[in-house]
Amino acid sequence: MIIRFCINGRDTELDVRGDERAVDILRERLGLTGTKEGCGTGECGACAILVDGRARLSCLTLAAQLDGRDLTTIEGLGSPEAPHPLQQSFAERGAVQCGFCTPGMVVAAADLLARDPHPGREAIREALSGNLCRCTGYSRILDAVHKVDER
Amino acid sequence: MQHEPYDIGPARPRLDALAKACGAELFSADSYPPGLLWAGARRCGVPHGILRGVDAAAARALPGVHAVLTREDVPGSNRQGIVHKDMPVLCGTRVRHCGDPVALVVAESRDILRQALALVRVDIEPLPVLADIDAALAPDAPLIHEADGSNVLLAAEIRKGDAEEALAQCDVVLEETFFTPSQAHAFLETENGLACLDEDGVLHLTVSTQAPFRDRFEIGHALGLAPWKIRVHSPFLGGGFGGKDGATVQCLLALAALRLPGRTIKMWWDREESFLAGYKRHAARMHYRLGAMHDGTLKSVVCRLWYDSGAYAHLGGEIMELGMEHAAGPYRVEHMDCRGLCVYTNNPVAGAFRGFGVAQVSLAFEGMMDRLAGRLGRDPLDLRRQNALRRGDRNCAGVTLTSSVGLDECLRRVRDHELWTTRHTWKKAAPPFTRRGVGIAAVFNGMGYGRGLADNAIAKIELTPDGRFVIYSGVPDMGQGNASTFAQIAGEMLCQDAGRLEVVQPDTERAHPSGSASAGRTTYTFGQALIKACELMTAKLVRRAALALMIDEPGGITLVPGAVRHLPTGKELPLAAMGAMLPRDDRVCVAEYLMPVSREVPDTGRDFPLGFPHLIFPFAAHLVRVEVDELTGLVRVCDYLAATDGGRVLNPQNFHQQIEGAVAQGLGFALMEGFGTENARITTPDLSTYLIPTSLDFPDTQSVAVETLEHSGPFGMKGVGEVGLNGPLPAVASALSDALGARIDRAPVTPAMILELLASRGAQA
Repeated sequence: MIIRFCINGRDTELDVRGDERAVDILRERLGLTGTKEGCGTGECGACAILVDGRARLSCLTLAAQLDGRDLTTIEGLGSPEAPHPLQQSFAERGAVQCGFCTPGMVVAAADLLARDPHPGREAIREALSGNLCRCTGYSRILDAVHKVDER
Repeated sequence: MQHEPYDIGPARPRLDALAKACGAELFSADSYPPGLLWAGARRCGVPHGILRGVDAAAARALPGVHAVLTREDVPGSNRQGIVHKDMPVLCGTRVRHCGDPVALVVAESRDILRQALALVRVDIEPLPVLADIDAALAPDAPLIHEADGSNVLLAAEIRKGDAEEALAQCDVVLEETFFTPSQAHAFLETENGLACLDEDGVLHLTVSTQAPFRDRFEIGHALGLAPWKIRVHSPFLGGGFGGKDGATVQCLLALAALRLPGRTIKMWWDREESFLAGYKRHAARMHYRLGAMHDGTLKSVVCRLWYDSGAYAHLGGEIMELGMEHAAGPYRVEHMDCRGLCVYTNNPVAGAFRGFGVAQVSLAFEGMMDRLAGRLGRDPLDLRRQNALRRGDRNCAGVTLTSSVGLDECLRRVRDHELWTTRHTWKKAAPPFTRRGVGIAAVFNGMGYGRGLADNAIAKIELTPDGRFVIYSGVPDMGQGNASTFAQIAGEMLCQDAGRLEVVQPDTERAHPSGSASAGRTTYTFGQALIKACELMTAKLVRRAALALMIDEPGGITLVPGAVRHLPTGKELPLAAMGAMLPRDDRVCVAEYLMPVSREVPDTGRDFPLGFPHLIFPFAAHLVRVEVDELTGLVRVCDYLAATDGGRVLNPQNFHQQIEGAVAQGLGFALMEGFGTENARITTPDLSTYLIPTSLDFPDTQSVAVETLEHSGPFGMKGVGEVGLNGPLPAVASALSDALGARIDRAPVTPAMILELLASRGAQA
C-alpha cells in the first residue's frame, strides 16, 4: 500500500507491506538509522520517534500507521552541525556513554519539554522511565534535560 | 581564533557524544549495504541432548533462502573459545544448552529468515539436564564435555600461610555460605555484525566486538582460515560490559560469507536470542570461614568457591581466578586457603562481565566483615580501616602491593561524609512501618590480564597532510569513552585542540594489535603506548621543522596549536605545511607498551595457566542508605556514595560516568536482576521479565575521586571501569542487615525475601 507522511519536514511517499514495522522502514528504507532498536517489544524506548509531536515507539508501530502523520526522528531534531539544545546538553553534560539509548532519550525528552518547558527532576524521571539506559545510571541524563536552558 | 588544547585534567565533553546524541554515529547495527542477506541461527531449544539429525530440506526449499548450513558445512576445527576452545560454531552431535546453534540460515529478508528458521527440524534425544553445580558434580552425572572426563572446567587453589592452623588459633571464627545469581549484560545494542568475502579472498567483518584482533584468530581457528585474510572493524559499541568479549556472531557470519562470496551478510540477534545465546555473569556459591582476634585483626580465611560456567568455558577459569585472588577482600590477611571449582552445567554460557569474578566474592568477604563487626561490637567502617591494605602490604594472594593503594583514604572519605556521620539520626527518623539501614562496602578489582599473557598495546598516530592528527585506536570503545580519552592524551602531549584530533575506531588493517577492551586495561595500556607515540611524533616534528626553518639546533622548537614554533626566533611553521611536506612514512609514529606484572612468584596458583597474579588494583569504598517498607518488603535506595581510587583522574566527566554507571548496574545486581532459569531453560527472555534499573529506581550516585598517583599509569591513572560494580551488592546487603537485624546471604534481594526475613524475625521487630 502507498502511504504518505511528512518526515523531518519532507513529504514522503512509500509503498509498504501491511506487516512492515515503522522502525524498519525508517532504518532500512529511509536510511534514518539514528532511531535504534534495542528490544523490538516496546520495553526499552530506543526506537522512540515523534509522531505528531508525541513520542511513540516505532518498533510497535506499523509502517501503515504512519500514513498522514507528521514525523520527527532524532535526525530531524538536529545534526552535529546544528544540534537541538537537548542534543547539545546531552553531549556537554556527559549524558552520553555508549549512545545507543540516547536518540530515544532525546526524543522522549523533547516530547516532555514540548508539554512542560520547565519540568522538575522528578517529572523528568517519570517521563524518561520508559527509556532504558545501561551505561549512565541516568543522573547525567536527568541533568541534561533539567538544565537544557543553562549554558 | 581562540585555542583550547584538548588536554588532561578538566571535565571535557567526549568527542563522540554529540554525534551519538544526534543519531549520526554509525554503530555496526546501523549498516545496511545494498543487496545484503540476513543470517540467523537455529537454536536447539533443549538444554542437553544428543543431536540425531537436522532436517533442513523444507527450509532450503523456501524461495528466498540462499543457504542452510549445518555442522558438515563448517571447515576448520569448528571450535570457538578465547583460551579453552570448546564451543562449536554449529553443533554436530551434542547440544549442551538451549541456545546452542544447530543450523545457520541465510535468506533474502528477515521475514524469509524467520520462516526458514522455523522450518528447520531438529531431532534431539534428551539427556539428563544438569541445571546447577550440584547436579553437574554428582558422581553419576553425564559428562557435558566427554573428552574432559569431568564436568569440572577448572579446580584451583590459592594458598597463603597455613589457614586451617591459623583458624584454630583465632579468638573468633565465623562461618557462612553466600549465593550470587547469574546476570545479563543487557546492553542496548544486541550482538550483531556484517561479513563479506571479497574477490581477493579477504573476509571483511564489521562487528560489535570488544576484541577485533583476537576475533581474527578465533575465526581463523574455528573455520580453518589464515587470520591475516580476515579483517575486522569494530565501530563504537552500543554497550559491552564484557558480553562482547569473545565469539558471538563472528564465526557464524564468517561461515555464511564463505558460502556466499561477494554477498554481504548481516546478523543481528534480537533481545530474546541475546538473552538465550549471549554470555552471562557466573552464578556462584561461596562458603566462608573467617578467623580474627579480639582486637579485630583478621587472621585467616578459608573459602570454597563454586562458579557455574554454563555449557562452555569462555573465560570461566580466568574469571574464577580473579575472584579467588580477591577472595579475602582488600585486607591484610596472613593466611588464606581458597579453593575454587568452575563447573560446566547446561545453563546459558557464562563469561566475562564487569567485575569479572570479583563481584561475586565481594558479597562474601564484605558479608564476613559485617558479621565480624557485629560479633566484636565494632564499628564496621573502623574495622575495615584497621585491616585495610596499604602500599607495601602483601594481599591475600601473597602479592606485594608496589602500586598505588588508596583504600584507607576512600574509607576516610566515607567516614567523614554526612551520609555516614548523620546515620543514627537518619535511621531514627524512619516513617511508620518502614525501617532504615546504612551499609558500607570496601572493594577492589585487579587490573589488566595478569601474568602469563602479554598485556600489550601498540598505538599509531599520523599527521595528516592538512595538519591534523589521527589516532588509530587498537582497542574498541564500548561506551566507556576511551576513544575520546585517547584524543585527550594526544591533545595534552601535542598541545592541540579537539578540532585537530581524530580517533579512528579499531580496524585490524589500519591499527595495530592492542588486545581487548576489557579488564580495566583499555586506557591504561593503550594510553601509555600513545604517550610514547606522541613523544616520537613531537621529536620528529621538531627535527623536521628545524630543517624547514633552517635552524641548526632543534632545541627551543615546540608544538603549539596548529603549528610548530621556534621559541628563540618566534618563527612558526603550520602543521598543515609540515603535513604537506612530509611523505606518509614520515608522518606516522608507532609505539608500544607492556603492562608490568608482579615480579614475585607466589608459591601457589599453579593451576592457572594465565591471569595470576595481578599487580595493580583500583579500590573503592561505598555507602548506601536504604529504607524498607515493612508491609510490602519493597526496598528504596535513598542515598548512594562511592569513593573511588582510580589513580589520577584524566577527565572527571568520564571518571564519574564510569562510577555512576557501574553503581547502577551493581544496584540492579543487588536488588532486581536475577537471570532466571528453570531446569536450564531461561525464564527471563525479555526486558519485561528481566528488569534492569530505570530512571525511577535509584537515586543519583555521589561519586568522589580519591586521586592516588599510579606511577606506572598514563598521567598516573588506573583503570576504573570495573571496581564500581563490586560495591553495591555488599553495601546493600550490609544496609539491609542494619535495617532488619537479619543477615543477607544472597542476591537479588527481592521483596519476598525481605518479607520472609521480617516474618522470621517478627518477635524481635
